[in-house]
Amino acid sequence: MMLRLTIRAAATLALGVLALVPAARAADSIDPLADKAAFQKFYTDKFPKLKLEDFVNGPYSMNEDLHKQWVEKEDFPPYEFSLEAGKEMFSKPFKNGKTYADCFPNQGIAIRQNYPYFDEKEGKVVTLELALNRCREANGEAPFSYVKDDMAALTAYMAYTSRGKPMDIKIPNDPRALDAYQKGKEYFYTRRGQLNFSCATCHVQSPGERIRAEVLAPALGILNAMPIYRSEWSGMGTTSRRFTTCNSQIRGVPLNPQDDEYRNLEYYLSYVSNGLPISGPGARP
Amino acid sequence: MRAIFAASALLIAAATTAFAASEADYKAAYAAADAANKEAGALRNQWTTTASTLSAAKKAGDAGDFDGAIAQAKEAEALAKASIFQATSEKERWKDMEIR
Repeated sequence: MMLRLTIRAAATLALGVLALVPAARAADSIDPLADKAAFQKFYTDKFPKLKLEDFVNGPYSMNEDLHKQWVEKEDFPPYEFSLEAGKEMFSKPFKNGKTYADCFPNQGIAIRQNYPYFDEKEGKVVTLELALNRCREANGEAPFSYVKDDMAALTAYMAYTSRGKPMDIKIPNDPRALDAYQKGKEYFYTRRGQLNFSCATCHVQSPGERIRAEVLAPALGILNAMPIYRSEWSGMGTTSRRFTTCNSQIRGVPLNPQDDEYRNLEYYLSYVSNGLPISGPGARP
Repeated sequence: MRAIFAASALLIAAATTAFAASEADYKAAYAAADAANKEAGALRNQWTTTASTLSAAKKAGDAGDFDGAIAQAKEAEALAKASIFQATSEKERWKDMEIR
């Protein structure tokens, strides 16, 4: 009797362990579609009053007062000068007579939602900022700083031509693309800097909460509004500026803009915001 | 009496020499901190505070304040080692925070 009970208990335990194995494997496997669904559900569960597209307004979507501020700001948006400058720069020919339009599909109009993409020839992620500087260099022009001013103006104009279009990042059937996506995800959740913060510490665990005077933005849709005018910066900033300043704010030495880690991070963050509209250029407190 | 004074003076001088840090001590402490910070760099996880503490150590060393320089260098080394520990432990721990 005792022996039979022991065997039954052992068999039950073994079955239980076997049942857990696929779950553990599933957690370690790379499944961008499942990630995206879980990511978006997390935010819509956390903020049930918000529609999915509201998240692209960052902190301005987090409460009624901030939303009113955003509506007022959009009457005379602080990014307007940059947007105008970007439009002019975009159409002005390089010294060789070519323009940015010659470097991009659809002449560079309404394509923001497709960036970043995975370049199978290069085997790496290519962001819009990187593609713009490559375009300049290919046409004999010096590259722009990745963090502000000219680069922000150009990306502001390109984002504006895509306003309302849903983010549409593709992950090709290429193990290197999945690897880049996974590395971006790992970067997003990895704690770094002396303050021991990850991107997720602020933008997953605490969106809507204040960190000193600022209201933290949700990670969902955070890049859809790029580039942004930030009152804190007294000017425009690109995605590169956002990433590098986040790193230094947590007392981590930032990497160089457009290093592989940041390109992968942009790939991951953009992919999980697929379906949300492009709202850039944006304005933030 | 004079002999006692002379002996005391000698003892004090010897003790001071024994406890004051030398330039060589500072250089060794700085090199250890710098090496640890380079290791954190290879892991792509340097801290800004390590860099600023290393600069403070160098400034004190250049000014001849070797005691201060060694204290700063040791602090920088501890910070660098903490950043190495963070980078190493986060290789798996990041998964705890993941939205699933």
